[in-house]
Amino acid sequence: MTTGLVTGTIEFSAVDGPGNRFVTFLQGCNLDCLACHNPYTINVCNDCGICVEGCPSGALSLVGTRVAWDPTVCLGSDACLTVCPYDATPKARTMTPAQLVDLVRPAAPFLSGITVSGGEATQQAAFVRAFFEVLRDDPATAGLTRFVDTNGDAPQATWDLLDPVMDAAMVDLKALDADLHRRLTGHGNALILDSIRTLAARGRLYEVRLLLASGVNDSDDLLARTGAFLAAVDPTMRVKVIGYRPHGVRPSPIPLLEPTAEHLAHCATVLAGTGDFKLVTL
Amino acid sequence: MYEGNRPFTPRYVLPDYALALRQGVRYLELEPPTDLDGALTFLTCLCSQVPSVTTYPVYLGDLDALLEPYVPAELSDEELDAKLRRFWIQLDRLVPDAFAHLNVGPSDGRVIRAIWRVERSTPQTVPNITFKVDPALTPDDLIADAVRTVFVTGKPHFVNHPMMTADHPGGYAAVSCYNSLKIGGGAHTLVRINLAKAADLHDGGLDSFLAEALPLLVELNSELIEARIRSLVETQGFFQSNFLALEGLIDIDRFSAMFGIFGLAECVNKLMARDGHPEATYGHHDAANVASYRITERVAELVRSRPQPYCQGGDGFAYLHSQSGIDLDLDATAGTRIPVGDEPGMREHITVVAPHHKLFPAGISDIFHVDDTVKRNPEAMVDIIRGALGFGMRDFTFNLNDNEFIRITGYMVRKSDLVKDDAHGARHASDYLASTAEINHTVLTRCLKRITAVELDPLVFR
Repeated sequence: MTTGLVTGTIEFSAVDGPGNRFVTFLQGCNLDCLACHNPYTINVCNDCGICVEGCPSGALSLVGTRVAWDPTVCLGSDACLTVCPYDATPKARTMTPAQLVDLVRPAAPFLSGITVSGGEATQQAAFVRAFFEVLRDDPATAGLTRFVDTNGDAPQATWDLLDPVMDAAMVDLKALDADLHRRLTGHGNALILDSIRTLAARGRLYEVRLLLASGVNDSDDLLARTGAFLAAVDPTMRVKVIGYRPHGVRPSPIPLLEPTAEHLAHCATVLAGTGDFKLVTL
Repeated sequence: MYEGNRPFTPRYVLPDYALALRQGVRYLELEPPTDLDGALTFLTCLCSQVPSVTTYPVYLGDLDALLEPYVPAELSDEELDAKLRRFWIQLDRLVPDAFAHLNVGPSDGRVIRAIWRVERSTPQTVPNITFKVDPALTPDDLIADAVRTVFVTGKPHFVNHPMMTADHPGGYAAVSCYNSLKIGGGAHTLVRINLAKAADLHDGGLDSFLAEALPLLVELNSELIEARIRSLVETQGFFQSNFLALEGLIDIDRFSAMFGIFGLAECVNKLMARDGHPEATYGHHDAANVASYRITERVAELVRSRPQPYCQGGDGFAYLHSQSGIDLDLDATAGTRIPVGDEPGMREHITVVAPHHKLFPAGISDIFHVDDTVKRNPEAMVDIIRGALGFGMRDFTFNLNDNEFIRITGYMVRKSDLVKDDAHGARHASDYLASTAEINHTVLTRCLKRITAVELDPLVFR
């Protein structure tokens, strides 16, 4: 049976798509973004055991060669995440789609939908597909919309796999410029731009999100080119402009600074000059 | 908020304002109004004559339905808002008491939309507002508009319209602090049992509490209710002399009394500990939650089997009410709520408290504290409100953590008013209660009150 490596779930979230949503975070990401807010979701635990000693609640232990986590003892100090040198967590759990749906079901009457996030959800695309199929086929959850929160760095085959069961995706675009993108994330952005085109063409693109750090990826020139690219894909798409915030972020070789509210508003104006976007500024 | 043992007016009176607008009020020499200004003046005059325990009216009408017929198509939204804003200022200054409550909904219309706009641009504690939501009738974007209003003023409070209508045929409104009563009627009196103290006075565990303690306490409470009703109706002559009764704007057959309980959380926890389960606390453990349902079901059963005179509004019985506390309550949580700060996650919180709601036709309240992130996504609150009502909640209130407006028991107070009270005295009668409420003892000191007499404070008599 397909299983997924699940970092955690949130029953009610107001910040992961339209309406109230159940969010599932999947462990593991193929990018390595400087501005990542939850870097402990990037890699999969390699059972090195460093965190076992660092745990103040005694919830972690070495069982054979594996690090085991006992959630009934855990006090939630997140000391394990602080000491982990590999940007991973010992608390990710292997779950089946049915086990996850069991968690969604009691919350379903209060939700617009569910969102899979991460990490990078498309890294576990087969599991996401299986999870969405169970959600679709269970009468208690069939009415919920099924969204994927993604970095977009996935081949078309991934979107082909998810298309029959997914309502929409929310895609991050860290930078339109490939070199800058590589400096910010460790990867190029060709697949991401393709994903935006593919999803928009299929009517599966809910929004594109631009995370802007002051002096890094918020120049008028870059924003104008970004706006032109997005407008060529769909001039009426929903674009969310998000100011970088340092919460949870690792020390960065490139200084990352929060843009002011005034500057974010200016960025939105520049984008508005390039298309008839539904602009949201955070 | 104390009635005394011989109340001379009913505690809560809900006149049929719609009937008054149609037929006029002879006693006040008010003709039926013919335009919006006339209707607003009419309502201002009439509500100022409606008695209650606070001496101010607790019910100001189902305002959107009352005013909609007087709004001509050619009146612009700006003009409509300006008229309502003047009315809002009048209410807040002439009825300086946040128990004064108007109702809106469940249907969409120009007036309810204007009310949300005026609320957001005129942030006052008066009027308090309840929004009747009918999941089949009330559009999502109207609920979202109300949610955006909560972000500014902490109002409205949301109620389950189909559930209320089933319990109160012929029309209801929520007034004062979550008291749902019949329009054209009201409540003679409210007498409450402190379940936390009841558990202290009882030596045994849950089973004997249900079998022995509750029948005695319900009977004692009922005797006091009956004595007050008989005094009010048979001796004081309110229903024989007040113009509201004489002109048919209230009908004694739409009255009952309110039987209140509070301190359920402490009661459950004490009984669970006595039964050998100190770890089982209300809101967190199935055994404690089941015990809480057994207690409220038992009280409801006992109240339903104890007839009360002049309570035809409740088919001859008192209405059960989960009483949300007063300023002087110490060591007892409001009504059937989970103690503040001890609430489980929101979904679980709703699931635990919802089964109580069907038992309390005269109102019940649970307040949910919500993260500020919903400000950018009011539709998330719409989902939760719809879910909660679908789950059998009768009343639903949420507060944002950082709001200038805070809800004390059910009424509103502005934090800045509490700060000012200390130096200048309270402008609203309810601000004074808020500043002495136990919830605020750690926030602000007591304040002077400059608009009602100390005789209303029972501590003076001790």
